[in-house]
Amino acid sequence: MSLAPVGAAAAGAPVPVLAPGAVTRRRPARRTAASFGWGAVAALLAAAFAFPVYWMVNTSLLPTNLVSGPELHLWPDELTWRNYDTAMFGQVRSPFVPALGNSLQVTFLVLVASMVLAFFASLALTRFRFRGRKAFVLSILVIQMVPGEAMMISVFQLVDSWQLLNTVVALGMVYLAGVLPFTIWTLRGFVNGVPVELEEAAMIDGCSRPRAFWKVTFPLLAPGLVSTGVFAFLQAWNEFMMALIIMTRPESMTLPVWLRTFQQATKATDWGALMAGSVLVAIPVVVFFLVVQGRMTGGLVSGAVKG
Amino acid sequence: MPTATRLLPWLLLAPSLAALVVITGYPLVRMLWLSLHEYERAQLLGVPAPFVGLDNYVATLTDARFWTVTARSFVFMLVCVVLTITVGTLVALLLMKLGRVMRLVLSLGLLLAWAMPPLAAMLVWGWIFDSQYGVANHLLTSLTGDDWMGHLWLIDPVSFFAVAALVIVWGAIPFVAFTLYAGFTQVPGEVLEAAQLDGASARQRFFRVQVPYVRTIYVVLIVLSMIWDLKVFTQIFVLQGIGGIKSETSTLGVYIYEMGMAQGHYGAASAIAVIFTVIMLAISAYYVRATVKEEQL
Repeated sequence: MSLAPVGAAAAGAPVPVLAPGAVTRRRPARRTAASFGWGAVAALLAAAFAFPVYWMVNTSLLPTNLVSGPELHLWPDELTWRNYDTAMFGQVRSPFVPALGNSLQVTFLVLVASMVLAFFASLALTRFRFRGRKAFVLSILVIQMVPGEAMMISVFQLVDSWQLLNTVVALGMVYLAGVLPFTIWTLRGFVNGVPVELEEAAMIDGCSRPRAFWKVTFPLLAPGLVSTGVFAFLQAWNEFMMALIIMTRPESMTLPVWLRTFQQATKATDWGALMAGSVLVAIPVVVFFLVVQGRMTGGLVSGAVKG
Repeated sequence: MPTATRLLPWLLLAPSLAALVVITGYPLVRMLWLSLHEYERAQLLGVPAPFVGLDNYVATLTDARFWTVTARSFVFMLVCVVLTITVGTLVALLLMKLGRVMRLVLSLGLLLAWAMPPLAAMLVWGWIFDSQYGVANHLLTSLTGDDWMGHLWLIDPVSFFAVAALVIVWGAIPFVAFTLYAGFTQVPGEVLEAAQLDGASARQRFFRVQVPYVRTIYVVLIVLSMIWDLKVFTQIFVLQGIGGIKSETSTLGVYIYEMGMAQGHYGAASAIAVIFTVIMLAISAYYVRATVKEEQL
């Protein structure tokens, strides 16, 4: 019995996006012209989608006088790192390094906590029949639909009443609660794909139940844990609204909140430095996407919902 | 059943349950409570909050601004969803037609757009549409021959929302296109060939075979897009910061922030938040019911 694809199949088979398509066709000669035309359309479209990203990098590498000059510089013909220096060390009021530290901490916290809690919860929901199970699953489905924007005031007051404003722990907890419904739901699908017989076999061989979960089920959940982790990472690294109201002190801002202070700090926006800052915030996400892209679509569709 | 086995599932659920009850359940209840009380800045400082019944709701529902914001949010959402799904479908079909190399090229372009954090993306687009040095004005000037330099895109609500829609659709298409492409590749080739032999045109094959085959994916994508586009916050908030007029460009999420966090009308803002939540739940009801049925809960 091959075990590897079980988890993937359970979650609606994530299809590797960049892998060769399922249908490989051999084109007759007369279709070459048409396929060349589609190729050209694809190239244009790819350029259009990538352009803002390119423009961000381009601007971040240009000297300030060329950024705000009468002429358009389509590529960095006068390369400079000055904008990155300004972004990272020029901001006196809200410095980059603490913001990076806060973002890393909160992301790590949410990543680890959400995977552990979702693993436990998904076991409970798939391996046991107990009263309240249906109610719990239904609740997390419904909770996913409640917009965070609606709860910002009461969440703010809750964190405030605990005297935890401007703390990474508080923001991490808010994010954790935000991602849990989705991560539990997703992981539940993957656990369903691991045959319960495997655990039972291990228990007959003398494993305790928790040990069977840990030694048998957990290692088979790699694809599910990746989906879960990707979602938690993106949520914690990118989130802006809650961070905006909970992390207001200059030294406790996360990267997105820090990035926004650029615009208020100076009257005229220093676009070069702002773009350099945007690159710094975007790089980890882009790298992450390129590494895990194959798992993104299938996992998201199978679990669905919560943005 | 031994007690240990009966307790184990609850033990496993306990941490998640605790997190959800405290950080989501309690604020939800609190949101309801706030919406039924007079709660302003003074109450935040300790003055008791008088119970006012449904006054906040009545005030909200009789306030023309609320209806303007709601209508604006819905129109904006509809435009974004239609554009996202239509163009996303076209891109997915294009991906089906491409050879290996060009599919990789297009996928990379889409991936870059998808990976951009919403806030960074918003700032980049703000820079592209900058009135003085933005590339959009440069481009339009050289293309049309007219002088577009200094054109303010964000000051007029219509072009403000055009820019916002462009950014949101640009960011949402990759996910929709990849997902639909993944769905389309699952349609068996024999079925499509049979349809072709029976004389079905490409259009008929698309609407009669491919779309029904991925119908559930479409439902999920449409519901998701509706939810995401209706509660859009970051994009509108940041664009307003770059140069939009708040009173003419706020959507529901931003409006709640304005009323509550910025102006301190916590009770009234909570009433709007409750109404907002009810709208969201109504939109997702179909999806939740379908999921529950499918999962045989």
